[in-house]
Amino acid sequence: MSGTELTLGRAINAGLRRAMENDPKVLMMGEDIGKLGGVFRITDGLYKDFGADRVIDTPLAESGIIGTAIGLAMRGYRPVCEIQFDGFFFPAANQTFTQLAKFRARSGGQLRMPVVIRIPYGGGIGAVEHHSESPEAYFTHTAGLRTVTVANPEDAYWMIQQAVACDDPVVFLEPKRRYWDKAQVRTEGTPETATPMGAARVARSGTDITLVAYGPMVKIALQAAEADTERSIEVVDLRSLSPVDYDTVFESVRRTGRLVVAHEAPVSSGLGAEIAARVTESCFYHLEAPVVRVGGFDTPYPPSRLEEHYLPDLDRVLDGVDRAFAF
Amino acid sequence: MSDSAAHEEQELIQLLTPDGESVPHPDYPLDLTAEEVRGLYRDLVLVRRLDAEAVALQRQGELGLWASLLGQEAAQIGSGRALRRQDVVFPSYRDHGVAWCRGLGSKELLGLFRGVTNGGWDPAEYNFYLYTIVIGSQTLHATGYAMGVQRDGALGEDGIAVITYFGDGATSQGDTNEAFNYAAVNNAPIVFFCQNNQWAISEPSERQSRAPIYQRAAGFGFPGLRVDGNDVFACLAVTREALRHAREGQGPTLIEAFTYRMGAHTTSDDPTRYRLSAEAEEWQRKDPISRVRAYLVREGMADDGFFAAVDAEAEELGARVRTDCRALPDPAPLDIFREVYAEPHSHLDRQRAEFADYLASFEGAEGAAR
Ligand SMILES: Cc1ncc(C[n+]2csc(CCOP(=O)(O)OP(=O)(O)O)c2C)c(N)n1
Repeated sequence: MSGTELTLGRAINAGLRRAMENDPKVLMMGEDIGKLGGVFRITDGLYKDFGADRVIDTPLAESGIIGTAIGLAMRGYRPVCEIQFDGFFFPAANQTFTQLAKFRARSGGQLRMPVVIRIPYGGGIGAVEHHSESPEAYFTHTAGLRTVTVANPEDAYWMIQQAVACDDPVVFLEPKRRYWDKAQVRTEGTPETATPMGAARVARSGTDITLVAYGPMVKIALQAAEADTERSIEVVDLRSLSPVDYDTVFESVRRTGRLVVAHEAPVSSGLGAEIAARVTESCFYHLEAPVVRVGGFDTPYPPSRLEEHYLPDLDRVLDGVDRAFAF
Repeated sequence: MSDSAAHEEQELIQLLTPDGESVPHPDYPLDLTAEEVRGLYRDLVLVRRLDAEAVALQRQGELGLWASLLGQEAAQIGSGRALRRQDVVFPSYRDHGVAWCRGLGSKELLGLFRGVTNGGWDPAEYNFYLYTIVIGSQTLHATGYAMGVQRDGALGEDGIAVITYFGDGATSQGDTNEAFNYAAVNNAPIVFFCQNNQWAISEPSERQSRAPIYQRAAGFGFPGLRVDGNDVFACLAVTREALRHAREGQGPTLIEAFTYRMGAHTTSDDPTRYRLSAEAEEWQRKDPISRVRAYLVREGMADDGFFAAVDAEAEELGARVRTDCRALPDPAPLDIFREVYAEPHSHLDRQRAEFADYLASFEGAEGAAR
């Protein structure tokens, strides 16, 4: 197979590079993304090779990043914005929610908003506050935005290219604690021939219960499936959070009859709640137990010495599976 | 640095040259006793030591992160020692020297960086609010607080002035510019203290602002000054004056302390990727500590015995920082639920109880919950 072994971070970097090579309208924007290559080095080397006009070190202002990206998109560019950490998205929330998300609908389709917002998100790296949050529900609650996340290098490589090619605004969530995970990446083909970014993926087949996860939790879901020798756990990696590929989820749940949804974000009003509701509406007669959610607590993200307790780990996920069988 | 370097020479308020020579300034007279100068020197040396120890502790895995103040001691000690007891500070995350002046020590300061707390002290006890990670946010909090002080009539000779600290990068944020404007239209008793250390992580000052930062104040309608941020005398004199101005109901001042971040942005950063070591060497000549030392010697205000005593004190402080750091207790798992709400919250109470049961289910088992 033609491919290379890449970390998830390097795979995004390679995908961005290819997107820039293929389309001169693609721009990078963000804080420290130039010479430094971003604090996680995701844009490493792009400034050197594409120059300061296409890799824009912005002033320290997130509202400015998204607001000017909107104007650049109106002018025919395809900006890819890096927000340095999840907790620093919020100064850009106004531009994202009240402007970026709505221009297409407001203009009756006259305006395209091909803007990508890349955000390293989630916990598990021992960071200080505002560096470990999971803000996905804010995005999935907002009409007009697409929201995706990746769990492995191959998806990272292709989905970032698909996100750049998409004419809608895409929030591209990067699970920062998985940046250093390595795997083979198939690099031949084009973004159109890769699995579409809107599709969920059955990451492991099973027959007794469906475990839905995404981003950083996929690895843990797979470990849980591995660890549970009594029950056959099917793991569905959602990939796209808005829209969710419900066909894949429903199909799985109809076969297994049970569902656990796991994510890092607080459980209340989170994506798990939405999936539980949809599955209940559509698969009621196939369900043998209520849908179980496993997630972060409804508290601020704690100081890092407590994050191992906050983040759903293998035991918490298996406990969720137990609860689905205990019913 | 080109743009800012051009402005530097003309407009910089300086009272003490890099060689330790005092140069009186007509607008900012400063009359310090020998003891006061020795006190400033001591502060500078001790906070540098505290900082160095914290960097070492991070390297040893005792802290998750540290934002070093190396090079910025004079800006922080000068402005910090200009404060009166009743004045109120809204800091950023690198302001350990100001914290020091407010009486905070390693026990309070290291918790956030060790990951045992998201705060670390009672703001009211020190008149020093919590460190702010989200850039620029605190400038609005400070302005609102100052508006409250004004409404309470707590101005005048013994009144309260508010001061907020932020970097050159922060001046790009909407929040900071909104704070300037709110403070101006409300004539709020506040001092905006910008430590322009030339870098916002990898981005040089000119990527943030084409106009010198201090000149921005004029556009908002209040005075702005640029002071040699490596000159503790100038920082003290100018801040004192700006605080007096605020206290007397004359409104805000922006002080741009022109200084340099000698180290990395934080312990996670690698400055060799974006700046030349020659630049740091040039700033080394303007070191905030050596010039006060030279002044003390020149004026015969201190002898070897004094310097040795301060060094010994720094050693002791270093040891204390290490002990304090290691003694910071890890929080208990259920602390995740502490103080989220002031009033009981049934949903969270239930979640806490469920988690307690879950933890208890491990008791006796391998890997029992602590
Ligand atoms: C809103 C926001 N965006 C991005 C960051 C990430 N970040 C942390 S420090 C920093 C640079 C800050 O530079 P400056 O304001 O000059 O202060 P300095 O660190 O130099 O003291 C950045 C971009 C942040 N903390 N908050």
